[in-house]
Amino acid sequence: MGRGLAVTLLMVLVAPLLLLITSRSADAVTLCVPKKDETACIAGTMGSRSDPIADVDVVLTKPDGTTESQTTAADGKFSFQVDAAGDYLVGVDPDTLPKGSELRPPANPSLAGPDGALKVTVALGQTRAATLTVRAADYDDSTSKLEEVVQSGFNGLRLGLLLALASVGLSLIYGTTGISNFAHAEQVTLGGMVGYGFANVLGLPLWIAGILVILVCAATGYGQDRLLWQPLRRRGLGLTQLMIVTIGLSLAMQYAFQYFVGSRTVRVVVESATSVELGPIRTTTLSLVCMAIAIVVLIVVGFALLRTRIGRATRAVSDNPALAQASGIDTDKVIRLVWTVAMGLAGLSGMLYALVVNGIKWDTGLQILLLLFAAVTLGGLGTAFGALIGSIVIGLVVEMSPLVIPGDFKYAAALLILILLLLVRPQGLLGRAQRVG
Amino acid sequence: MDDIQNILGAMMRVAIDPQTAAVAIAVIGLNIHFGYTGLLNIGQSAFMLLGAYGFAISITQGIPMFFAILIGLALALVFALVLGVPTLKLRGDYLAIVTISAAEIIRYVGRSVGIGWLTDLTKGAQGIPGSQYRAPFTNLSFFGDGNTTLLPFNYTDVAGGSVVVRLLGWVVVIALVVLLVRIARGKLALAGAARTGAMVGIVVVAALICLFLVPVTQRNTGANGLWFTAVAWTVVGLSVLLLLGLTRSPWGRALRGVREDEDAMRSLGKNVFAIKMQALVIGGLFGALGGMMYVLPATVQPDSMGRTLTFFCYTALLLGGAATIWGPVLGSLIFYVGRAFVIAVSQTYLQDGSSPIGFMSNQQTQQFAFIVVGVALMLLVIFRPQGILGDKRELRFNV
Repeated sequence: MGRGLAVTLLMVLVAPLLLLITSRSADAVTLCVPKKDETACIAGTMGSRSDPIADVDVVLTKPDGTTESQTTAADGKFSFQVDAAGDYLVGVDPDTLPKGSELRPPANPSLAGPDGALKVTVALGQTRAATLTVRAADYDDSTSKLEEVVQSGFNGLRLGLLLALASVGLSLIYGTTGISNFAHAEQVTLGGMVGYGFANVLGLPLWIAGILVILVCAATGYGQDRLLWQPLRRRGLGLTQLMIVTIGLSLAMQYAFQYFVGSRTVRVVVESATSVELGPIRTTTLSLVCMAIAIVVLIVVGFALLRTRIGRATRAVSDNPALAQASGIDTDKVIRLVWTVAMGLAGLSGMLYALVVNGIKWDTGLQILLLLFAAVTLGGLGTAFGALIGSIVIGLVVEMSPLVIPGDFKYAAALLILILLLLVRPQGLLGRAQRVG
Repeated sequence: MDDIQNILGAMMRVAIDPQTAAVAIAVIGLNIHFGYTGLLNIGQSAFMLLGAYGFAISITQGIPMFFAILIGLALALVFALVLGVPTLKLRGDYLAIVTISAAEIIRYVGRSVGIGWLTDLTKGAQGIPGSQYRAPFTNLSFFGDGNTTLLPFNYTDVAGGSVVVRLLGWVVVIALVVLLVRIARGKLALAGAARTGAMVGIVVVAALICLFLVPVTQRNTGANGLWFTAVAWTVVGLSVLLLLGLTRSPWGRALRGVREDEDAMRSLGKNVFAIKMQALVIGGLFGALGGMMYVLPATVQPDSMGRTLTFFCYTALLLGGAATIWGPVLGSLIFYVGRAFVIAVSQTYLQDGSSPIGFMSNQQTQQFAFIVVGVALMLLVIFRPQGILGDKRELRFNV
């Protein structure tokens, strides 16, 4: 009985020690605890907490040149105890890394040692964390100049397509009525704001919100022509006066947005979009869908302008309103249609812009307005296809100019191109060479 | 009655504010561009910004104030030349687009951080704080320190500030305004010097009575004191005299001829391009002067001197009456006082917390005032494009 008790006691006492030994071999690491003025610790994990990398030899190089190594266990942890302050290097034995992976050099070049090791400065009484990242050996995060050009060209194309939706309407409004509509950019912002209201505040699905945005904005266009522009035309108001009316309208709309929504940036969708890679181009699925929608709508508008009767009538009125009226076209009806469709397109453009740029603000219109005017003037005031080409050009200039000049100047570059073009070819790319002076 | 007195006080403070005077000077420049010559210049804020930058940067670099002013004016001159040479041959819409684009380019360059030496001078989007360039101007002040009340003898000194006295005072002011309008329209048999003298006299008396009824207390010298106010409005007076001289001259008649019918002017042998360029330059110089006065009490911040400021200038010009001598000043006064009125009324009666029927927050009252400005501009242009003082026959407005 006494012997049995003694054995039991022995086992009870020894067993934890055994456990310690076994856990040691399984863990291979005792978590080091620093002692003030005596020891310090350098610790870390290979891989991540959810995905640790085991059996990697972590090599610590001390200031005096000697090395100490530990093998990471199943939890990937390593922990070195040192008794002198100074600069240590933490690296790995590359042969023990998983196949096809390599140690990524530290992001801060001043902390990089040879072979991607990390320099750690240690003072006594503290634990320093050593973060070593492992990546796939064929990982390449540098971008060549060509890739940058392609990426920014893609972004420029995207911006150009969104601008094109709005500028086609702007150009047609100018062509049919002669008004330079300074409130057009606010109509674009309206589309974004209404999209925010439907998709974010009311929680409708994105497709339904989009269709509602187009309908609401088209309705504002119809209302504008019915209640404001047609009566003013009948009154015989001059073009400059009409332009100043649009300026007043744009002021009122900007501050109405601020009044109702506030000064902050609002988002149409709150979740961030999923990334997608097309060769050297990095973009999101949302961007691709928006671009596809823009292309489809532009094709439909172009087809309507070229092939349908009302489209031909629109182009006729845009070219020469008096002659069109003389040949029997009901210009009032055409102008009403132009305002409705133009505002609907502007609203769609605003919603897509808010999705792509991930936010809309009351003064988004301020930034876009001049790009729209530049696009329309570049292409030729009054021509829809000119507006399309002009928008693509302006979009490309805006997105690709940061490659050669400081990024602050990208909008200034687009405007400068506009001014230079007006010197050389005032009628724009597709406009007719008529007197513009 | 106290609420109303507070509202009137807010309006009076804005009325004599030097920034109102600065905008009046810029609008005089715009009047030369748009009112007299028919140039659709929507980039007046760029002239103001360039004048302000030239002035402020020169002073921060240690240049004496006189030369700093000249540098600001020279920048505006160069900008006018650079802008005018390619664009004055273009039609109105194109000129509008180019001027607004050029103004935006200036603003983007001013707020950029891409070029080191430029950003060191312009301090990027935050702008140059007023304390860095205000000193030479305030040092010229001979008003001394302390506060002054305009007028020292006001309604509180008569009958204990009773309501009857104040109402009587306002009736007198309204009567004087009606008298002024009748003399201006020629309904009373006064002509020449007597007419001008009577009008000036009525304006002075009415202004004094307004200050009697709504006294304003200001510091004598300081960031925004009486010294600023006095200098600003003196410069406005000088600018109006200069405008009078320019427009009553053969050159002024040439401007109006160019506005009405360029081809006719060309057929008479006038160099239309040179005339338009001169108008652009001189109007731009006024704009630069206005810009310098505008930033003296405040900061040189490119974002606050952008397109919205130009739109306010146009509202003021159209309100007062384009192509008139006093139109810019009157328009600026009415614009700023009117906006202060809307803000004060909505803060007193429509703001949540200060009134039982209130529903707006503080920021919303300011934004509401801007909405009113936008709608007012639309209504003004539709129903009364000649403004208060303008002549409908002179403003056909067709480009």
